[in-house]
Amino acid sequence: MTSPLLDAAPPGARPRRAVRPFRASVVPAAAGLVAAVAVTVALWAALRRFDGTLGITGTGLAVTRVGELAIALAALAVPAYAIGAVAATRRARRHLAAGDVPAARIAMEDVRARLWVVAGLGVMAAIVAFLAWFLSANDGRVRDVLFDWSKMWVGPSALARGFWLNVRLFLAAQAIVLVWALFVAIVRQLPGRSFGPARTLAIAYTDVFRGIPSIIVIYLVVLGFALAEVPPFASWDPDTQRFWLAVLALVLVYGAYVAEVYRAGLDSVHPSQTAAARSLGLSQWQTLRHVVVPQAVRRVLPPLLNDFVALQKDTALVSVVGLLDILNVANLQKNKYFDLSPVTGAALFFLVITIPFTRLVDHLIHRDQQRTRAG
Amino acid sequence: MAFLELRGVHKSFGDVEVLRGIDLDVEEHQVVCLIGPSGCGKSTLLRCVNALEPIQSGEIRLGGERVSGRGVDVDALRQDVGLVFQSYNLFPHMTVTENVMLAPRKVLGLGAAEARARAHELLARIGLYEKRDEYPDRLSGGQQQRVAIVRALAMQPRLLLLDEVTSALDPELVSEVLSLVEQLAAEGMTMLLATHEMGFARDVASKICFLWQGRIEEEGPPAAIFSDPQRERTRSFLRSIIEAGRL
Repeated sequence: MTSPLLDAAPPGARPRRAVRPFRASVVPAAAGLVAAVAVTVALWAALRRFDGTLGITGTGLAVTRVGELAIALAALAVPAYAIGAVAATRRARRHLAAGDVPAARIAMEDVRARLWVVAGLGVMAAIVAFLAWFLSANDGRVRDVLFDWSKMWVGPSALARGFWLNVRLFLAAQAIVLVWALFVAIVRQLPGRSFGPARTLAIAYTDVFRGIPSIIVIYLVVLGFALAEVPPFASWDPDTQRFWLAVLALVLVYGAYVAEVYRAGLDSVHPSQTAAARSLGLSQWQTLRHVVVPQAVRRVLPPLLNDFVALQKDTALVSVVGLLDILNVANLQKNKYFDLSPVTGAALFFLVITIPFTRLVDHLIHRDQQRTRAG
Repeated sequence: MAFLELRGVHKSFGDVEVLRGIDLDVEEHQVVCLIGPSGCGKSTLLRCVNALEPIQSGEIRLGGERVSGRGVDVDALRQDVGLVFQSYNLFPHMTVTENVMLAPRKVLGLGAAEARARAHELLARIGLYEKRDEYPDRLSGGQQQRVAIVRALAMQPRLLLLDEVTSALDPELVSEVLSLVEQLAAEGMTMLLATHEMGFARDVASKICFLWQGRIEEEGPPAAIFSDPQRERTRSFLRSIIEAGRL
């Protein structure tokens, strides 16, 4: 029986591929083992070299060496997984010889899984090897200049005091941006002809301030406003004035970015949600407040977080206009000791804030999804 | 004078004329069913009655008052006219109870405790009290649609509009929603509904209106429309429904 619907092969179609017999090749596992051994040996060599350039004694040396030993031993996991892959390949070949193809396929799946672990751990080991080599390069100069622990903590209280300014800057800027950007985003999506001028303003603001490098805005606002003695800032004492001008500059720049993030969120809430709210008698404002904005904000939390981490880091830009933030403090130390380690210390300060912040928001997003999404 | 009156209602989206002069009366405690092929204007008609869509010409009156055109307090109108959607449109970020109590709180100004108590009472009536603190996504389609009906009822509307409320449901979930609507009809709720469930329409409707290309082609009591349709378009529509095994 022929059927015009089912038998119509597209013209010029390739004939179906013949099913190839299943083979259990030893090549992937063997290659994985060779690479694993190579990267482990390279890591050991780099660690040995790193150890040779250490200029410390006593407890510091002991602690470092325990760490080196732990890394060297942990690196053995890479060849161990590769050996497992080789063993699984042999198992697969035995099954194949016995004619048990499904068992052989299962064994080869095991091989693939192990080889992916080898690849992941192998790259990790290679990175550690590179770092060890890099830090010991040029007789340990790199380590001295960038990671001298003792100089990193020269005046930690000075660094901490500087960082407190960064923290205050981003807390103030973040709080204002959160509200200001939402306002801009809402204005931008107001419907109808009468809101035309308001919409144009919102668009002009985002276009302008997203288009200027933040460092230039900081220059113009903090230095420019101070020079021009713009009220009310000019009547404040110089420190307060510069602080709030810096906040203003950051709000102007990040308000534009975050407004666009909010806008994406507002756009993503389906019009049927608005229709449902309006049909219940809620006003346009109540609909925004209780239905649209809460859903929009939930959806854009990840990119919002992204912008806030960027804002936290960009508070370091205010050092160019002379505020004594952590980067400026580190800079003074750097000049004093002719060593960049204090700057590395400043970097660590930022990580201590940004990483837990990121993890916390991720956790909140996950929890919200767990609650509201179907199980 | 009927409770809900539509006179010469025209509605277009751009150049597309969706409603081309609708005259329709719904008396109090009546259930009027709109039937017709997809795109005939059933949903648009309901959205116009609720003022979600402005009409271009004609007039809509509710309880003798004009509720279409400019100068109408649409928020006040919507307190009297509830609308239930094909796709439920529950608010996914709120629990079932919060969905039901939102409008009574914000529009009617009820206190939180009272609004919550009333929401729970309504949920208990439809057998969903157990689900009161769940989020909508965790409910079945039929449960979500019943919550959506209750959410509209919480405003104590004088007229309920139902827009193909079972079209998005799996077949085994249709009956739980339809029996709730039947119960409302028995309790005297005035309803205007668009539906593809002909058997249901035949059982529950006081009047059937067959819409075709933006006009009411034929209207009458269910017995007359289903057993003895006068117009050729009505006949061919019903024939195709019977061929699909839906009547």
